[in-house]
Amino acid sequence: MSQPAPLTVIEPDGRASMGHDPGLSDDELLHCYRTMLLVRAFDDICLKLQRSGRIGFSIPNKGIEATQVGAASALRKSDWIFPSYRDFGMAMYHGIKSVDMMHNMFGNAQDSALGRQMPVHFSFTEPIKFYSISSPIGTHLPQAVGAAFAMKERGEDNVALVSFGDGGTSSLGFHSGLNFAGVWKAPVVFLCQNNGYAISCPSEQQTASDGYAIKGVAYGVPGVVVDGNDLLAVRQATGEAVERARRGDGPTIIEAVTFRMGGHSTSDDPSRYVPKELFEEWEKKDPVERFEKYLASRGLWTKERGESMRGDVMKEVADAAREAQGVGKPPLESIFSDVYAEVPAHLRAQGAAAFDLAKRFGDPDAGEGEFPL
Amino acid sequence: MANLTLIQAVNDGLRTAMEADSTVYVFGEDVGPKGGVFLATENLTRDFGANRCFDTPLSEDGIIGTAIGMAMNGLRPVAEIQFQDFIFPAFDQIVSEAAKLRYRSGGQYTAPMVIRTPYGGGIRGGLYHSQSGEAYFCHTPGLKVVIPSTAHDAKGLLLASIADPDPVLFLEPKALYRSVKGEVPEGHYTVDLSTLRNVREGEHVTVLCYGAMVPVCEKAAARAAENGIECHIVDLRTLLPLDEEGVLEAAKKTGRVVVVHEAPRFCGMGGEISALIAENCIEYMEAPIIRVTGFDTPFPNTLEHHYLPDERRVLDAIERSAAY
Repeated sequence: MSQPAPLTVIEPDGRASMGHDPGLSDDELLHCYRTMLLVRAFDDICLKLQRSGRIGFSIPNKGIEATQVGAASALRKSDWIFPSYRDFGMAMYHGIKSVDMMHNMFGNAQDSALGRQMPVHFSFTEPIKFYSISSPIGTHLPQAVGAAFAMKERGEDNVALVSFGDGGTSSLGFHSGLNFAGVWKAPVVFLCQNNGYAISCPSEQQTASDGYAIKGVAYGVPGVVVDGNDLLAVRQATGEAVERARRGDGPTIIEAVTFRMGGHSTSDDPSRYVPKELFEEWEKKDPVERFEKYLASRGLWTKERGESMRGDVMKEVADAAREAQGVGKPPLESIFSDVYAEVPAHLRAQGAAAFDLAKRFGDPDAGEGEFPL
Repeated sequence: MANLTLIQAVNDGLRTAMEADSTVYVFGEDVGPKGGVFLATENLTRDFGANRCFDTPLSEDGIIGTAIGMAMNGLRPVAEIQFQDFIFPAFDQIVSEAAKLRYRSGGQYTAPMVIRTPYGGGIRGGLYHSQSGEAYFCHTPGLKVVIPSTAHDAKGLLLASIADPDPVLFLEPKALYRSVKGEVPEGHYTVDLSTLRNVREGEHVTVLCYGAMVPVCEKAAARAAENGIECHIVDLRTLLPLDEEGVLEAAKKTGRVVVVHEAPRFCGMGGEISALIAENCIEYMEAPIIRVTGFDTPFPNTLEHHYLPDERRVLDAIERSAAY
């Protein structure tokens, strides 16, 4: 079986093709645009912070912004996002603050996970449920289905959107997630971001299938393919899938065809495995420039306006980084809290011993006073 | 009070929880109309409806993964894994996800859920229907591991596990499902997690055990008593978090310790308990700590009665400890 050509909305001249324009208001369009710029600014500043040794790690999002923002824009605040580690734009679209994301990048005392995870493993509950990111691949798919099952049982019309990459489709969780969602008709939207590579493994070594959306057929889950660099196409497809889920008609899998315009992470050198020509080819399809053309066709964008907004978001992210850098480390006892709802005796003993030792050797991480747990 | 088998007490516990709390959902392979392969969930679909107790696709990863999602979003899932031997496709979901969720999200997301599963030998189940995998899970911070050995505790510990805010692996000794019977209070009651049960008082040798080894140790102790050796038997009943103080107290009481489990010896609970005692109260010890365990082999079928610690092996260890 072969897949249809990806849905495209924004034509090369910047106009929206007839019949598929999701019809967003000017404010919504500008918010989407600003969010893409914000992601790009966050990327740039995190790369600099990593290269200068101030943070340990980051994940570049360049090239994927339209997929992230287009998909997130179809959700409302009572929906849940089960993100991959490359979904900064989904968080930012819904108003999660740059500074709160930066606290995680620095692993400081203000980080919602108290520096327990690597950078980019965000966890937020407000203003939208942006589920705690896990490094193992595909584990969050059945979890999203379970959360969606709970929504359905309570009679809510909320949905869970779960995002993963092309590599994630080979995981155990992809199979169990789609299978359970199909059987339960769970209100889930599966978003496969086919960005060409799973770290260094190209798609043709990931699957013999003609694409990823088609994999839904075997689970009774309809599949849709969209141009992932076309924000309006992603929004349109996600909006339809979300409405379908809200109506109680079950899950959809969306494959957004896009390209990761950088390494897997700041620890990766893509020039070792991505042919230069591919980067050149996809550079011409840049999702931000493409959206600018569309905005211009609606009279919402000029070069000057774009520059001005770029300046604003760079300042916002730079200020956030500065603030997060100034926040101290999490307290020593945070190693021992949140393992269980109540600290059990053996952890209290281990924590107290570590605390006493740190004090004895004058380690500043011990802080002042007694061991608090 | 009703006189119930251990499996009936499990069923009663599930029923009691489902009656009290509409967010309790029971699911797994064949747990619906069939009532589970051991009938732990008998008639729950009939009495609570097919949305509260239902069959899932045959996927342990899916069962536990979806249970985590339900738990983080307001339900109290009680998932069954048909045999503990089949739990390993879900190992990632249990170890990487359920157990770490509270920690990795700073408490923003949690997984209050119970995974029930029959474990252990004694039914001629061979390699894949007999294993005791508790040690894999006891090495997992964030998880609780509970094992009842009486009908009373099966219900009370299950209800405590369902009420617990953290994920609990509830291992049911299948050899005791119908061989153990006892008085079980009607209605709701709990047995606190991380507490020990004194099975038998005695001043000569302390025997620490759990699950299907408890009645084996009781029989061995009765034989030892015929020769004047009185055993103090303790049922650990929650392995993680372990009541360490209680274990040390029991060890100090006699100064002689035998630890019994059917799981393989190497890196097992016996080793952990021995080290705990050695680190904290070795000066009380009158004899080396002795472990009586399954062998460090896969679980055999025809000769399972040699693999499983029995009355003879436990009695031998008690006598060696007493004579040292």
